[in-house]
Amino acid sequence: MIPTAFEYTRATSLDDALAKLKAADGAGKILAGGHSLVPLMKLRLSEPTVLVDIARIPELAGIREDGGAIEIGAGTVHHDVATSPLLRDRCLAMAETAAAIGDPQVRNRGTLGGSLAHADPAADYPAVMLAVDADLHLAGPTGSRVVKASEFFQGVFTVDLAADEILVKVTFAPVRAAAYAKLYQRASRFAVVGVAAAVDVADGVIRSARVGLTGASAHAVRLTNVEAALAGQPATPETIAAAGAVAGQGVDDLNADIHASADYRRAMIPVFTKRAVEQAVARAAS
Amino acid sequence: MPASPVLPKLVGARVKRREDPRLIQGRGTYVDDIKIVGMLHLAFARSDLAHGRIRSVDTSAAEAMDGVEAVYTGAQIADLLGPMPIGTPFPSPDHRAVAADVVRYVGEPVAVVVASDRYIARDAADTIVVDYERLPAVVDTEEAMTGKPTVIHADFANNLAVPFVPMGTGVDAKGNVDDTAIDQAFADAEVVISQRMVNQRLAPTAMEPRGVVVHYEPGKEAMTIWSSTQNPHILRSFIAAMTGLGQDAVRAIAPEVGGGFGAKINIYGEEYVAAAISKRLGLPVKWVEDRSEAFLATTHGRDIIGYVDLAAKRDGTVLGLKLRLIADVGAYNMLLTAAIPTLTMTMANATYAIPAVRAALTEVFTNKTPTDAYRGAGRPEATYFVERAMDMLARELQMDPADVRRKNFIQPDQFPYTTQTGAVYDSGDYAKALDLALDKAGWAALKAERDAARAEGRLVGLGLSMYVEVCGLGPSSSLPTGGWEHAQVTIERDGRISATTGASPHGQGNETTFAQMLADQFGVPIEHIRIHHGDTGVVKQGIGTFGSRSQAVGGAALHLAGGKVKTKMAKFAAALLEAHESDLVFENGTISVKGSPSSAKSFAEVAAYAYVPVPLPKGLDPGLSEEAFFEPANNTYPFGCHISMLEIDRDTGEPTLLKLVAVDDAGNLINPLIVEGQIHGGLAQGIGQALIEEVAYDEDGQPLTASFMDYAIPRAADFPRFELDNTVTPTPVNPLGAKGVGEAGTLGSTPSVVSAAVDALSAFGVTHVDMMLRPEKLWRIIQGGQS
Repeated sequence: MIPTAFEYTRATSLDDALAKLKAADGAGKILAGGHSLVPLMKLRLSEPTVLVDIARIPELAGIREDGGAIEIGAGTVHHDVATSPLLRDRCLAMAETAAAIGDPQVRNRGTLGGSLAHADPAADYPAVMLAVDADLHLAGPTGSRVVKASEFFQGVFTVDLAADEILVKVTFAPVRAAAYAKLYQRASRFAVVGVAAAVDVADGVIRSARVGLTGASAHAVRLTNVEAALAGQPATPETIAAAGAVAGQGVDDLNADIHASADYRRAMIPVFTKRAVEQAVARAAS
Repeated sequence: MPASPVLPKLVGARVKRREDPRLIQGRGTYVDDIKIVGMLHLAFARSDLAHGRIRSVDTSAAEAMDGVEAVYTGAQIADLLGPMPIGTPFPSPDHRAVAADVVRYVGEPVAVVVASDRYIARDAADTIVVDYERLPAVVDTEEAMTGKPTVIHADFANNLAVPFVPMGTGVDAKGNVDDTAIDQAFADAEVVISQRMVNQRLAPTAMEPRGVVVHYEPGKEAMTIWSSTQNPHILRSFIAAMTGLGQDAVRAIAPEVGGGFGAKINIYGEEYVAAAISKRLGLPVKWVEDRSEAFLATTHGRDIIGYVDLAAKRDGTVLGLKLRLIADVGAYNMLLTAAIPTLTMTMANATYAIPAVRAALTEVFTNKTPTDAYRGAGRPEATYFVERAMDMLARELQMDPADVRRKNFIQPDQFPYTTQTGAVYDSGDYAKALDLALDKAGWAALKAERDAARAEGRLVGLGLSMYVEVCGLGPSSSLPTGGWEHAQVTIERDGRISATTGASPHGQGNETTFAQMLADQFGVPIEHIRIHHGDTGVVKQGIGTFGSRSQAVGGAALHLAGGKVKTKMAKFAAALLEAHESDLVFENGTISVKGSPSSAKSFAEVAAYAYVPVPLPKGLDPGLSEEAFFEPANNTYPFGCHISMLEIDRDTGEPTLLKLVAVDDAGNLINPLIVEGQIHGGLAQGIGQALIEEVAYDEDGQPLTASFMDYAIPRAADFPRFELDNTVTPTPVNPLGAKGVGEAGTLGSTPSVVSAAVDALSAFGVTHVDMMLRPEKLWRIIQGGQS
């Protein structure tokens, strides 16, 4: 639990962070809450030579609403997401996802951006980002770009984020009728299977739905067949059961470990899909 | 003199722990807080193979690094240290602090680096290259008993560390076996329960990992060793013997110790290596274990298979018990490794008057981390095997689990009760504990609640377990280290009291409970009393804290030492007050003459007089400091009853504990608040074993649970609010009537939780489920698949 030697530098602004990252010439790593990176460094599974600390850059923190869209700074800690009055009012699923992460110590230090950029296959946030169809805003040396959540997660610990780029914020249209349900891995509290669902219900009919799955496979994915089975259907238990039944079909790179076999994970996808969709539909009605 | 405030009686009161303010404010001094000028740091290179022969060890890169003072391979350490001793009479293979020829588990040290700081030491250790001839890993316990896939220690055929030890009915002192009685019991049986059960391997996971600082001072030819240990006096003895020093030349200090749970009884190779290197270099050295090392190189616990056969009549009367035990002890014998499973045999009678009991034990080497004591150490295993079998019997006979137990209890008038396995239970009233637990749980209402939940399709179950425990470890015939404890009580010149105890508390709260006792004994404020422990330079003699012995044995020694000094102090007071010593009353900070309270001296005045005794009373020496050894005539046998209610999620298999009622009888309680804290911690670990804890290895002997990402330890949110109560059945074996309580919580909770899960799954035809209760395992049962 002793990391290799590294240099540490604290960035004062986003531009400063980008400059410091560029100066590190590929050997740099962004440090925010440190709750994914530092354990890996202590295990010597990650040995960056320069850490650029972005934890105290004011422009990266905070949750605000702007023109109907919600923006969460990448440096916002999970606790702040979990307890945000704005999110609890406008997008409870986001807050409840954050509340389901780790333990109080992790939630007080770990950041939204850190979790998304690290992209642990069992992380909680990616599912809800897919369900609310979030935009991820990246800054790099040559300017900024926006990546859809559905394009961002690409593999195990692999995302569409270059070594010289920084995740700045996520924006999304808030969805009240959304929910997150997860099966906890009992040691780490990560998701064995986590499903986030967002639905648009009008006149008792599910007009559209987005469903994100995490934990089950190499990276978070949309369950498009579930979404299709919900869209245009009456918001009834039968619809939800039918949609849940197809959940996981087509997900073929299932994770397996001592906590859960691939078969068990496959069986849990419909269970938690159904729970998330039921809750989302219930919220639509309330 | 002015009237003194009236002091409350403290023994039996819920006094808050005096230790806590410093601990929760980060003001404790742990081993890693010890810093000495010129101190060097050690880091160990460890085997990443479960089993391999060392062809070569290349330390050249490490030696070339700036800041590296020395590197020692196993061969070089062998020049400084002999084989590591054990504390049991069983045969033991050669075990070196640093492996020189063969590595036998992942995490076994292969070299040690000495460097100017901890980071350099770690960097250097990582550069050491070991060339191994890979050997087959012995992982499966029962396969290992056939010598397959290989034999780990040449002198131990078929990997049998202990080939076969029988105990119980028909076994004489020499181990000769007569099966007549046990065979008859099974021949007479109307029903026989037979089940293989696994008590899985656990990691003790103290909050503070191990650590050691050693300062050998060549000028003095003396050594001080600070270690995160449960027993500094035993540590001193072993360090002295291994380094060739006299026990007079070694001072061992256990500073704050952040938990031990039995794993810090053992004297570890890292401690010997640190001592040998400090002595060799004449410089202070430090080693602090990191969490990854703790999972690999700190001893594990449990890991024992039980084949249980229970013979009974259809009315629930148990006629006989056979308990065939196979313990996986890992790669080597450590201090107490071989003895721990023998306690499982000793306790096979449980709380029942079973007329024929036959236990037999085989211990097996595998390529895993060695096992040793873990909270409960042998007794939770016995409780689990017997209580699960009793539960299966109740299910088979369609009897209430409480009724089948009640039918077989040893009765209060049978104590002291000698069991078939030779234990002599001191005192007990098992029906009383059962009745209180049933009452507190609302057993009949709970059953109705369970049945109502089931009618809704929910999977809810109830489990009940009795237990009887062995605590207050002593007398000396039962412990190679000696089974006594020591204390010294000194009334200082200002009337403050300094006491030393050979117990070495590391979370048990004895600084508080012992001060409570002395406060009452002398009638002085608890704030005037300080309990010193954990330093062989201050505490003359001692054994240490394990086996729930601190209060029952250490507390008794303190009580005796206090009595001696009080007797002497009374003589000084009698001289001052011109009264007879037997007429004196010690209370509220004064010593007064009974019946004439105006005739009094303050406690401090009498103390001062004892140190400047002019005139010196006839027949008295100056000073007020007395010591006592206490050796109990027997162990104590606390007992109790734990009841669980548990629900299993039908969709996912996740178990949730809904209710836990624990009634414990630890004899007289000095501090019920601290007792509850001990019970809470024990319950957490006992429930943890049932639900979430398990050390796992793959088929190559690679650990799969070597971090908290994969090894689950219980969190507060995993539990309902525990509902506690207690009965009081004092022990006659010590003057306090206290039995000890440190481990009890781990005994009844585990089988009660598993029995509740089996009850919840009974609709699926389940009669037993092995721990831990992994959701996938339970889900497969619900799905109708394999259990």
